[in-house]
Amino acid sequence: MKALEARVLTIEMLVAAGSGHTAGPLGMADIFTALYFHILRHDPQQPLWGDRDRLILSNGHIVPIRYAVMALAGYFSRDEALTLRQFGSRLQGHPERTLLPALETTSGPLGEGLSQAAGMALAARMQGKKHRIYCITSDGEHDAGNIWEAAMFAGKYRLSNLTAIMDRNNIQINGMTEDVMPLEPLREKYEAFNWHVLEIDGHNMEEIVEAMEHAKAIYEKPTMIIAHTIPGKGIPEIEFDYRWHGKPPSPEEAKRFLRTLRTFYGAVEASHLS
Amino acid sequence: MAPIPSFPLHPGVFDPARRELAPTRDGFGYGVVEAGEENPKVVVLCADLAESTRAAWFQERFPDRYIEVGVAEQNLAAVASGMAAEGLVPFIASYAAFSPGRNWEQIRTTIALNNQPVKVCGMHAGVSVGPDGATHQALEDIATMRVIPNMTVIAPADADEARKAVVAAARYSKPVYLRFAREKTPVVTLPETPFEIGTAYVAWDAATPEVVLASTGNMLFFALDAAQELERQGIAARVLHIPTVKPLDAKTILEAARGARGVVSIEEHQVAGGLGSALAELFAQKHPVSMRFIGVQDRFGQSGRPEELFREYQLTPPDIVRAAQSLLAH
Repeated sequence: MKALEARVLTIEMLVAAGSGHTAGPLGMADIFTALYFHILRHDPQQPLWGDRDRLILSNGHIVPIRYAVMALAGYFSRDEALTLRQFGSRLQGHPERTLLPALETTSGPLGEGLSQAAGMALAARMQGKKHRIYCITSDGEHDAGNIWEAAMFAGKYRLSNLTAIMDRNNIQINGMTEDVMPLEPLREKYEAFNWHVLEIDGHNMEEIVEAMEHAKAIYEKPTMIIAHTIPGKGIPEIEFDYRWHGKPPSPEEAKRFLRTLRTFYGAVEASHLS
Repeated sequence: MAPIPSFPLHPGVFDPARRELAPTRDGFGYGVVEAGEENPKVVVLCADLAESTRAAWFQERFPDRYIEVGVAEQNLAAVASGMAAEGLVPFIASYAAFSPGRNWEQIRTTIALNNQPVKVCGMHAGVSVGPDGATHQALEDIATMRVIPNMTVIAPADADEARKAVVAAARYSKPVYLRFAREKTPVVTLPETPFEIGTAYVAWDAATPEVVLASTGNMLFFALDAAQELERQGIAARVLHIPTVKPLDAKTILEAARGARGVVSIEEHQVAGGLGSALAELFAQKHPVSMRFIGVQDRFGQSGRPEELFREYQLTPPDIVRAAQSLLAH
């Protein structure tokens, strides 16, 4: 239910903003919900609590879903969530730590979040800190050399306190990932870089939580969870459609999408649709 | 013309017999060890150039706080950002042509915009790199770092000032770019010579200077040499040493230029975007004054001995003297 709420809020935010990415955020609703409501040790009342787990969003463009889940978790109000991308908002179009420290990093240019996460993991271990580092990456950003530099680095330093989750939704701006620049075999690539690799259905809450718990038990290696997700998940008419990567819904489309979500795809009668 | 009591100079500046030579990168090596002793949170990350960057000196002293990232400058910068986020004080060391040359965007986003106190240390800046040639001679790094908000830019004059700058950068809570050279150059300062981030220094003065020679980095020695030659020709010069190119010490610089007929900027860097540009931005707004720009004139470097290259790119004391003369002839 929280993930559904997060999808609804994300669409409301994107409509209010009038720009932004739709497919990626919707596809990651379940994973962000799992992180903020089941996995992360965190305290929305003390966002900079020293022992908190760190969550780094490398593919910063899907940040609307993070903001939506953070609002539901109590980091800020739903009203503030609706200020996404507006002048003066802490909720910048791509994540900016200096405005909203709970984001942990500033990110958006692809390929560099995994490096930042690896640096945090190594620094945490050097200082005997026990918190874990989580990093969300996209499949498309695996075109970038910087990602593979980070992958080698994390493997070399055996950063077992690092769990990365790849949003394997198969789309990027110019089309399907395997057409733009073939990425497979991703599992074997990460294994060759000395990572522990898990593959899950990124919409199955049980699998998501189990994989992240499993990763905590892996010693001597970082873990990559390849999460197979459906871009635009929750709105059948846009699912799998790469054209929805980089645009927000129009108000009319949003109305239709919200009806779809709020009625559980027409299974229940909507009682308070505007 | 006279030395300035507040900025004591090494006797070797005037007496070749007492001249000491050392590369500013050695100052990085000494300084980062000193900073590491002062603060256990100081760490050094290096991209496969430990010996030539002198990061190896820190590695020997603090092996557990040395991180080798391999030939991966983008990762070098972004990993350091993550380490800073966890409370450490990372210095990243490579050649300036690669860091900040190759990883400019990682520095912009994950260090400067993210405002993490990483210290970017670019070695082998300038044509004086010598035989390695143009690919390894960074001539654009001051410009590319200076345009980034939150970034402080420092080019020390000699090995000892480099040491002081590194120690000061470690105590400084903001991102810093530090520029170092490969080649041995004369030591110009003494241990008691002051250095503060953000301060410019009059290094040599005259009662009523006609021209100001404003240099950054290891060009200070050439500026002092040129000032002495100008004095022999009856031209009073003031030498202004500007180790911190950003933020500029506007007060000192404007005071130093007041009354002079012109300013010569001197840097081992492209004239576009470097110290000269920064000074021109300041003077055009606050104190319009004629300028000449000693620096690389929109060219790449090439192989050769440092002294050959200084001549080819017109960075020598006689070039500075000619520039000053042309200002006054104007």
